[in-house]
Amino acid sequence: MIRVSVQPAAIDVASELAAVEASGAGGIASFTGLVRADDGVTELELEHYPGMTEAALTTLAEEARQRWGLLAVNVVHRIGRMAPGERIVFVATAAPHRAAALESCAFLIDKLKTGAPFWKRERRNGKARWVEIRGADQEAADRWQQ
Amino acid sequence: MAITMLYFAWVRESIGVGEEIVDPPEAVRTIADLVDWLRERSRGHAEAFSDLGRLRAALDQQFVPLDAPLGNAREVALFPPVTGG
Repeated sequence: MIRVSVQPAAIDVASELAAVEASGAGGIASFTGLVRADDGVTELELEHYPGMTEAALTTLAEEARQRWGLLAVNVVHRIGRMAPGERIVFVATAAPHRAAALESCAFLIDKLKTGAPFWKRERRNGKARWVEIRGADQEAADRWQQ
Repeated sequence: MAITMLYFAWVRESIGVGEEIVDPPEAVRTIADLVDWLRERSRGHAEAFSDLGRLRAALDQQFVPLDAPLGNAREVALFPPVTGG
């Protein structure tokens, strides 16, 4: 089972986890990303490329499913405006055993940061600024090259 | 042939619209050629495309390098490096 959602609504972790638990897996790994309040950020806004975003996330989820033999993958990404502390991204993977679940979950969050068309704009002191790409994010994505 | 252009983030803000239909001449063969040609359309375009190193592209919703040939593309998107997650 592959589930991908790009949504303005808040992420409900309990129901998103329950969706992958229904796969009959022996282990579930999940990652939840929250909006940080770095240096006085008061608001984060997420823009995306409708259509391509969902396709790119589905391609990544399918790649993880095949590479680690996963039973289920669930990727949820918020768009629009959110406040520090709110959940911005959620990834869960279900596998027969823990190693595949944990590794594939790390793979998905690393790849998602550079492989899906989202753009963050943060607001601090009333001023909005587009977030620049971080070299560390590219390195994290590159370490999964086979 | 008409191409739908899509712009995101600060590229969209510089240009002032998120979408436009363009009809480039035959000589425009790659995304980089297209960007060069689009630069002439307005000050906003010129500003958005002043530094190719800060620009990324998608052709019919697939990420491609800027030297990719346009082929029979229907939709070309130009945007900054992505920052999701």
